[in-house]
Amino acid sequence: MSEPYTMVVGLEVHVQLATASKLFCRCSTRFGAEPNTQTCPLCIGLPGALPVMNREAYELGLKAALGLNLEIPRFTKWDRKSYYYPDLPKGYQISQYDLPMSQNGYLEIRDPKGRFETRRIGINRAHLEEDAGKSLHDEAGAVADSRIDLNRCGTPLLEIVSEPDIRSPFEAKAYLSELKLLLTFLNVSDCNMQEGSLRVDANVNLHIDGPDGQVATPIVEVKNMNSFRAVERALTYEAARQYDAWQETGQAKGDVPKQTRGWDDTAGVTHGMRHKEESSDYPYFPDPDLVPVTVTDEEIEQVRQSLGALPAALRDRLQTEFGLSDYDSDVIVGQGPALVEYYLDLAQATGDGKLASNWVQQDVMRYLNDQAIAVADYPVRPDQLAELLTKVKVGELDTSRGRQVLEHMLAAGGTAAEAVEHLGIKQVDAGEEVELCRELLAANPQIVADLQAGKLKAAGALIGMAKKTNPNVNPGRVREIAIELANQWDT
Amino acid sequence: MSLFDLTACEQLAELASGRTTSVELTQACLAQIDAHDSQVGAFLHVDRAGALAAAERIDARRQAGQALGQLAGLPVAVKDVLCTQGMPTTCGSRMLEHFRPPYNATVVDRLHTADAVLIGKTNMDEFAMGGSTENSAFQATHNPWALDHTAGGSSGGAAACVAAGMVNLSIGSDTGGSIRQPAAHCGVTGLKPSYGRVSRYGLVAFASSLDQVGPLARTAEDVALLLGAVAGHDPRDSTSANRPADEYLAQIAQPLTGLRLGVVREHFAEGLDPAVQRSVREALTVYKSLGAQVSEISLPHSKYAVATYYVIAPSEASSNLARYDGVHYGYRTDEQAMLTELESQRARLEAAGDEQGLAELDSALVRMYRRSRAEGFGPEVKRRIMLGTYALSAGYYDAYYLKALKVRRLIRQDYDAAFRDVDLLVGPVSPTPAFRLGELTDDPLSMYLVDLYTASANLAGVAGLSLPCGQSNGLPIGLQLQAPPFAEARLLRAAHMFQQATDWHAQRPALCSSS
Repeated sequence: MSEPYTMVVGLEVHVQLATASKLFCRCSTRFGAEPNTQTCPLCIGLPGALPVMNREAYELGLKAALGLNLEIPRFTKWDRKSYYYPDLPKGYQISQYDLPMSQNGYLEIRDPKGRFETRRIGINRAHLEEDAGKSLHDEAGAVADSRIDLNRCGTPLLEIVSEPDIRSPFEAKAYLSELKLLLTFLNVSDCNMQEGSLRVDANVNLHIDGPDGQVATPIVEVKNMNSFRAVERALTYEAARQYDAWQETGQAKGDVPKQTRGWDDTAGVTHGMRHKEESSDYPYFPDPDLVPVTVTDEEIEQVRQSLGALPAALRDRLQTEFGLSDYDSDVIVGQGPALVEYYLDLAQATGDGKLASNWVQQDVMRYLNDQAIAVADYPVRPDQLAELLTKVKVGELDTSRGRQVLEHMLAAGGTAAEAVEHLGIKQVDAGEEVELCRELLAANPQIVADLQAGKLKAAGALIGMAKKTNPNVNPGRVREIAIELANQWDT
Repeated sequence: MSLFDLTACEQLAELASGRTTSVELTQACLAQIDAHDSQVGAFLHVDRAGALAAAERIDARRQAGQALGQLAGLPVAVKDVLCTQGMPTTCGSRMLEHFRPPYNATVVDRLHTADAVLIGKTNMDEFAMGGSTENSAFQATHNPWALDHTAGGSSGGAAACVAAGMVNLSIGSDTGGSIRQPAAHCGVTGLKPSYGRVSRYGLVAFASSLDQVGPLARTAEDVALLLGAVAGHDPRDSTSANRPADEYLAQIAQPLTGLRLGVVREHFAEGLDPAVQRSVREALTVYKSLGAQVSEISLPHSKYAVATYYVIAPSEASSNLARYDGVHYGYRTDEQAMLTELESQRARLEAAGDEQGLAELDSALVRMYRRSRAEGFGPEVKRRIMLGTYALSAGYYDAYYLKALKVRRLIRQDYDAAFRDVDLLVGPVSPTPAFRLGELTDDPLSMYLVDLYTASANLAGVAGLSLPCGQSNGLPIGLQLQAPPFAEARLLRAAHMFQQATDWHAQRPALCSSS
């Protein structure tokens, strides 16, 4: 790194857990309903309404926590975090303070292109809490009233707090991608940033090497980053801004209170928000309406067994069992569990992991992207594609013919064999190809001359002619035959 | 014998035999309310039409031979701290003056299921904070035995309406003595069940870990009847005990043989009124004559109960009452006036070039919060919100709230130890009989001491009952019995034994006979 400082970043990620109902009542968590239609006396904070924990939320939290290698205390409790805001109708948020449901874990991040060393980012804790509602402010002027939608109020969130182990914007992005991938594999959240099911705040400062030792700049919390790309850009901006500010003011950590800055994606800058109060200034106290949650070793073990294969293990498997490169295994696993499953079925049926990987990446994924569909909706099943790849593998079809066959299968359905037949693809006898080449060379003395002169490009023209005569010829073999014949040509 | 002279259990028999109807009982209650409530001030809301309609429906079902619930047409009054769908639920506060909940508290649902006739909502100290019902934003409740005295509190209305013969069955709530103390002052029987015995769902929270809903009536038998109708597990309340309620009424007539009573030494210390002390001692003599063994027992940490209570209860209250902010429901300050004032302040500061003043000026939202809460809450509620906010704030949490939790555990351990040696604890409910209206309103600390003997039961989660055991200068005196968690049946049997042997519970204030 060429900068005269080390960047220190910790990320707080809120993910919405994929429960059908809210954390403490039975209201639906569905996104996009008419405002204030998914509410009840509890989530709008009416007097006397009491919370009852949705155990499913705890169990999803447990899955995520185990996936993040976190320790699971057998006893965890709920606390109220008090603050006043119109989208928080109770005047407090039910969260977890000193006894979170999980703590002390890690997530391994890696870069197949080697731009940083593979390493573990510590996870301080992951705890459950309820979401607040949504405030819709009149941005145009201060005259109109703000509007409040309480549908989201009480939706279960898992807050995942990393240690300040992240050292660059690129690492931050890698951490978020890996986290999102893991949660997707675990099926605990849809991690949709547009719908707010995954939100990221970053705590960032710089450690600057100076003549009198290392100086830390004031910690800044950056908010309003609406994509991983935005996180990367905001952190890059913030590092430069903090370095400039330090050079200008010399202010170090402790000289000024912790600041909150918002990311403006359009302008590409962060700007100051309200002063962030220290966490102890939010009065927290144990929620007397809820009982502590207990969990047994057996329950934890049961959830652990149900986790299934996770991204890191799958990448290893693709590399060791199917011979894929670091890069290829990363691309395939990065597409999520459904594509991995498709790949595994295909690779096993084909018996050629690399061939399967090439076709999945170049053909299947491209089609999915072009059509904007999920693997589940891909028209060709892995066993059907395997039949086609086997033909390619044994040389029955060359790659471009294979693609034509696949295109036909995608358009018309059916098996590879049916597509081959429909396209009139037949194996051409080698003798037939020799005969065809001989005829074409005889009719095109210039090509013969070129080939004899070593201008092998001329073979291309001949291949084109051969394919026009018989589309089933093998271009590679035609080329070989043509060169051989030309060299023996007796004019 | 008129309906007025019958207990609820006796009225049930009259209803079953067809000698009276629910409509007649309801009309009798309404007549008594009409006659006396302008003086007593027990009710904040009387649902005349709704009660009569419900009574008619129940009578019709009885006529049709249909099975009826346990309360089978008996009128019941409900403290205005429990949510009643579509009916005002004010909690004695301006903040909720116009609030009509869209749902019923579980206890109210159970009353309906039991075929009770909900006659109205009773007066209380604002948000159940107080010991005299003088903290109601709407009216003071007067003691039916002496109208210039308080009925106690916070369930003053709930106790007074029973004492004044307006209704036989009444639901109150008790956070530090709010059922037992007014029951004692009004000469009725009141039970604070064990924590978790009665659902808190729909009970407007004061201090969630202490609040408990309970019945008030003239006799232990009627208390047992009403408790049986409302007690039991509620899946909507996480703190509700997942164990079935007992058959309180069916068991009540079984005398307790070899009953071991423990007299709490600390309850006879300085500050106890001599008349109260005498009545309690006399009650012990009665129990001895019924075969009980009486021994002295110590609750060594009970002297810390009030201090502990006044840290924990306000702490929880400060959080529970945060929701009353004028945003979504309840009282909101006059916005136009507030904005006008804010603008003129801003203009003044700008004219004066007061940068700091401008920087410190509230936003409209913050000013709305401050004004709404300043105007919507009364002084005692504000005092407790401030106490609680302080106790929970950074730097003080460990010294106050956490310390109080530790003492609370010691208090609970005292009870556990005591109940290894005795079946019930016995002592006074309150240090004095009812005090005069206005006597303590300027002295909040003395007012807090009315909880001296009662707050421990809430801190420990045990059951406590108050029953009449004497009088002093025409004012009733209450005896407190306390039982281990979920031993309500034992408590009620012991109270019933006493009431079989005495007639303090049958005494009526002079006011009643004037109707």
